[in-house]
Amino acid sequence: MFSFTVRRLGALIPVLLGMAFIVFMMVRAIPGNPAQLILGQQASKEAVAAMTTKLGLDQPWHIQFFNYLGGLFTGDLGVSIKTNTPIAEEIWPYLAATIELAIIAMIIAVVIGVNAGIISAWFQNSWFDYIAMIIALIGVSMPIFWLGLMEQYIVAIHFDLLPTTGRDNIRDPVEAITNLYLLDTLLQGRFDQFIEVVRHLILPSIALATIPMAIIARMTRSSMLEVMRSDFIRTARAKGMRMFWVVYKHSFKNALIPVVTVIGLQTGLLLGGAILTETIFGWPGIGTYIYDAINYRDYPVVQSGILVIAFIFVIINLCVDLLYAAIDPRIKYK
Amino acid sequence: MEFPMIEVKDLQTSFRTDNGEIPVVDSVSFHIEPGEVLGIVGESGCGKSVTSLSIMGLVPTNTGKVQGKIQFKGENLATASEARMRKIRGNEIAMIFQEPMTSLNPLFTIGEQLTESLRIHRKWNKKQARARAIEMMKLVGLGRAEALMDEYPHQLSGGMRQRVMIAMAMICEPELLIADEPTTTLDVTIQAQILELMKKLNRETNTAIMMITHDLGVVAEMCQRMVVMYAGKIVEEGDVSTVFQSPKHPYTVGLIQSVPDMREKKERLYSIPGQVPKPGSQKLGCQFAPRCTHAMDRCLSEAPPLQPFNNGQKVRCWLYGDRKGADIYDSAISSS
Repeated sequence: MFSFTVRRLGALIPVLLGMAFIVFMMVRAIPGNPAQLILGQQASKEAVAAMTTKLGLDQPWHIQFFNYLGGLFTGDLGVSIKTNTPIAEEIWPYLAATIELAIIAMIIAVVIGVNAGIISAWFQNSWFDYIAMIIALIGVSMPIFWLGLMEQYIVAIHFDLLPTTGRDNIRDPVEAITNLYLLDTLLQGRFDQFIEVVRHLILPSIALATIPMAIIARMTRSSMLEVMRSDFIRTARAKGMRMFWVVYKHSFKNALIPVVTVIGLQTGLLLGGAILTETIFGWPGIGTYIYDAINYRDYPVVQSGILVIAFIFVIINLCVDLLYAAIDPRIKYK
Repeated sequence: MEFPMIEVKDLQTSFRTDNGEIPVVDSVSFHIEPGEVLGIVGESGCGKSVTSLSIMGLVPTNTGKVQGKIQFKGENLATASEARMRKIRGNEIAMIFQEPMTSLNPLFTIGEQLTESLRIHRKWNKKQARARAIEMMKLVGLGRAEALMDEYPHQLSGGMRQRVMIAMAMICEPELLIADEPTTTLDVTIQAQILELMKKLNRETNTAIMMITHDLGVVAEMCQRMVVMYAGKIVEEGDVSTVFQSPKHPYTVGLIQSVPDMREKKERLYSIPGQVPKPGSQKLGCQFAPRCTHAMDRCLSEAPPLQPFNNGQKVRCWLYGDRKGADIYDSAISSS
């Protein structure tokens, strides 16, 4: 198991190298000149040329790429063209905002999705099953930006129950320690702020959770239905076990592998693909960060931001693989 | 008045399908005394397994319907609540299944699965249950019982798994053990060991066994009495020795003839022509008539009743409805 983990981590290197290369090239394929953007429309040709040299953008692309790679190996993600701050320093608050949002969304999606799937399979063809599966179908097919706007319009504007945008109350901002605001407010004992942070989290996390929740519910249901036909389920019932335990212990553990796979993939997607939700809800996350960087032709930020997301994605998948072995004793990694 | 331990009376189990309600088990009655081994014989699809699931209360409630009486120590299980059935299942009536390969949960250790019944029914703690499980594993002849407790089913052979299944069923000392073709999927040598083990447990613990099988050899080896089922109905019933010596129903005769005999080398093995009718496709009259070489006009129009003989044998066949039929039948048997 240990050597498997090490080898899998080693296999990350070519993946990340490839990723870095693709992103590097794609960013440069976007039309526009960062030097011009920094200096503005009125800048003289000489000033732009000087700025281009200063940013190192006048060198051939392969030299730029190897300079970038060399930096990566020493933990240097580059310097933002826009803010002139090292990316490694400024990326964390954005990343933390996205992680907080994605974790909450995933908790909602997993708790509701898994249970809806289990109960639907347990009472197959019942009214619960039908309603849950219709909702799930609507959930997977609903455009997330539409749902987000509807939430804002109905809950936040029409009924004025929750805030529309942001992470905290701008008149009483949270003092960042870890940048995970739920944690920070608790560490500071500011329960009033904690409530405020929760209120800000509700709408975006529901918007973000909807699609994964629906996918997880459908996957859990079909996986459970298959398992519940097994002989060992009959054995468990023949022991006089309560149906609840037959379903949640004996069946669910066997149905878990496809469910865990989907949860892993969806978590990865949420971390990278939260851009729509973040934009709608003004959430200062990594999606917003990269989106702004693209508009500003902030090459280093786009490159490193995408690389960080890719890294997290692969790590999550590694965790999923390790979880397989923890769930099923027949799966052994050598 | 003394009750038999379990008495099944006019059991009818039917399933709802798109073509209406289809009976799979029809007016089945039999009883088992304490410590007795009863064999239930028939081809696949005769309703043997459904009979056992009906006794266990494991017929799916959304599609299946169980009618009639299942008197277990004076209590009717057919109308018992699910909560009551849960107390009986695994505790007073236990069951082992055909497929030891798939009947154990692959993701839980043997120990965990063995001790579950004790923890459910006797509320024992982990330590007590573990000790008892190890004792039980030794009783069913599993060496290195302690190490096996922490192993998973895929690490065991088929024979070992079936032993685990038996240990699991017997762990709460049930009064009745329902064994649904427990040896069908095992190697011949392992089969003999498993049967020997069940015989031993039957002798030592006085647990009654309802042995469901399509293997007449198993019945001859294990049982005192036997019931032959065909298309959801009992067609013959009696002591094993009586039925083997003078089978009365043509189906029973056919079954016995299909067993290969070492002493005579025949060109072809005997087999009953045709196949068991699908549930729901039953017609008027005797269900076996289309496959029966002795079928008469009456067999096609009128269903025969189960008629008792003086020696305790019971047969559902018109051949014994009047003397003339019996004569034809006797001569048919002697000429074959």
